[in-house]
Amino acid sequence: MAKLILSVDGQVLKEYTLSKERTLIGRKPHNDIQIDNLAVSGEHAAIITILNDSFIEDLGSTNGTMVNGKPIKKHFLQNNDVVEIGKHKLKYFNDAPAAATAADFEKTMIIRNPAKAGPTPAPDKAMGDTHTNLKPLEPQPAKAPASGGPTTTTPPAPAPAKPEPPPAPAAAPAPPRPAAPPPAAASHGAAPAGGVREAMIQVLSGAAAGKTLDLTKNLTTVGKPGVQVAVITKRPNGYFITHVEGATYPTLNGTSLGAQAQALNDHDLIEIAGVKMEFFYKP
Amino acid sequence: MSLAQALQAASLTDPGRVRDHNEDCIESRPEIGLFVLADGMGGYNAGEVASGMATSLITDGLQEAWDPRAVERMSRDEAKALAERLIREQIARANTAIFTTSQNNPECAGMGTTLVMSLFHDNFVAVAHIGDSRLYRLRGETMEQVTRDHSLLQEQLDSGLITPEEAKLSQNKNLVTRALGIDPTVEAEIHVHEAQPDDLYLLCSDGLSDMVEDEEIRLTLITLKSNPALTVQQLVQSANDNGGRDNISAMLVRVAEPYGVPRGWMARLKAFFR
Repeated sequence: MAKLILSVDGQVLKEYTLSKERTLIGRKPHNDIQIDNLAVSGEHAAIITILNDSFIEDLGSTNGTMVNGKPIKKHFLQNNDVVEIGKHKLKYFNDAPAAATAADFEKTMIIRNPAKAGPTPAPDKAMGDTHTNLKPLEPQPAKAPASGGPTTTTPPAPAPAKPEPPPAPAAAPAPPRPAAPPPAAASHGAAPAGGVREAMIQVLSGAAAGKTLDLTKNLTTVGKPGVQVAVITKRPNGYFITHVEGATYPTLNGTSLGAQAQALNDHDLIEIAGVKMEFFYKP
Repeated sequence: MSLAQALQAASLTDPGRVRDHNEDCIESRPEIGLFVLADGMGGYNAGEVASGMATSLITDGLQEAWDPRAVERMSRDEAKALAERLIREQIARANTAIFTTSQNNPECAGMGTTLVMSLFHDNFVAVAHIGDSRLYRLRGETMEQVTRDHSLLQEQLDSGLITPEEAKLSQNKNLVTRALGIDPTVEAEIHVHEAQPDDLYLLCSDGLSDMVEDEEIRLTLITLKSNPALTVQQLVQSANDNGGRDNISAMLVRVAEPYGVPRGWMARLKAFFR
């Protein structure tokens, strides 16, 4: 559960857990987080918490509310945000995802009103309804099997269609690249292709001979539409070329590309739609 | 030109890089223009039971109930209304079956599944969805999200509580407000859209839409349009390159040719002899 740590001049005063849907911050005693200081308005700000997300809203205070040094009216709080009210600081911590393992946490779950076991589970339109309740879909410890009921055995579970094996992404060896990031991309967190060295292709024959093309996009198509087209994909572990359309495959260093993606190495020669081109990493 | 020829389709499902099993399930009947995708949840392996039941019950049920030959004799409006009714019926049937199974089998208690499906006929496409599995449409250079998630996040967006930028940071991404098989009845959202030649329809689970930005999906669809099999491969690969935290499924349908029903006796006669 998310929490706030109240401090002034680096001195920690108190820790609050955001367990309520609406947490009031202000000078007057009825506030959930009371800050007895004249710079703080009677009801200064409110924090609205919906499951794992919290928002802070300034309630029209005299001296305003800052988050990370910027005045805000409403703000979607992120882990480690610092809320400033006068000289007081409230640091926001939300480590919910770390508590459960990442995989468990991201499992899709249904949220609904458990009281409504009956028909039509219409979604709760009123956003902040207090009765909105999270019901993780874990199997309940077996309720006594319906005694002797004929249907208690063998779930009529049809075998789910067998998933196709993924197109072996690591099939191609990472090209030897000095000072390149290890091909093992981080297991989570976006690993954008930004970490890959810049590369380009240069046309060697035909009318466009001498022209170069920077491979900045994740996908770059080369060739003649309707005749022969290939795509060069920029991935965390390097560049790959794949045939897209055309009756015959382009060639890579003289051999046919085939239907599978092939890794590109520095100074590889590609021939597509009769045009030769070279792939190389920028110096 | 049969429906299966007019529509070029490719699909792929992948467990991703974190989960050890795949709770997504896809099934299609290209000859009647039917594509179904489900993302199961709950229990140990019950999620895939729910999604497997949903896809197989709905495809089998519709294959029996939806006879394109017979439907061709109806007016276009009648056909649309029938498609909507039959889809609703089959979803209700699947819902009852999943719900009953989960009630009677402790190991399946609480299972459920999201659903997105499309039925193509006579230049229209009927789209049904429950939960956060999506259908995108690429027309020209513009990609639109045709379905609107039944999720907490979407409700927050609708009510203006958060902005689309903030939504990307939300930790409530995985909460759906509707699912198949959770309650005795379910309300599916069904709409009928006009299709155009060269449209691309992408059905996907949240393992794709959460891991790959819409803009990247759009660029991939545009760039690799001519090769649906490669497109789905590339989309799944992008999701895996970005972490692959959930099961990833993508079904792509490209309207290669118009698939209108021949009307007028001459056209019908020609169609009869083709």
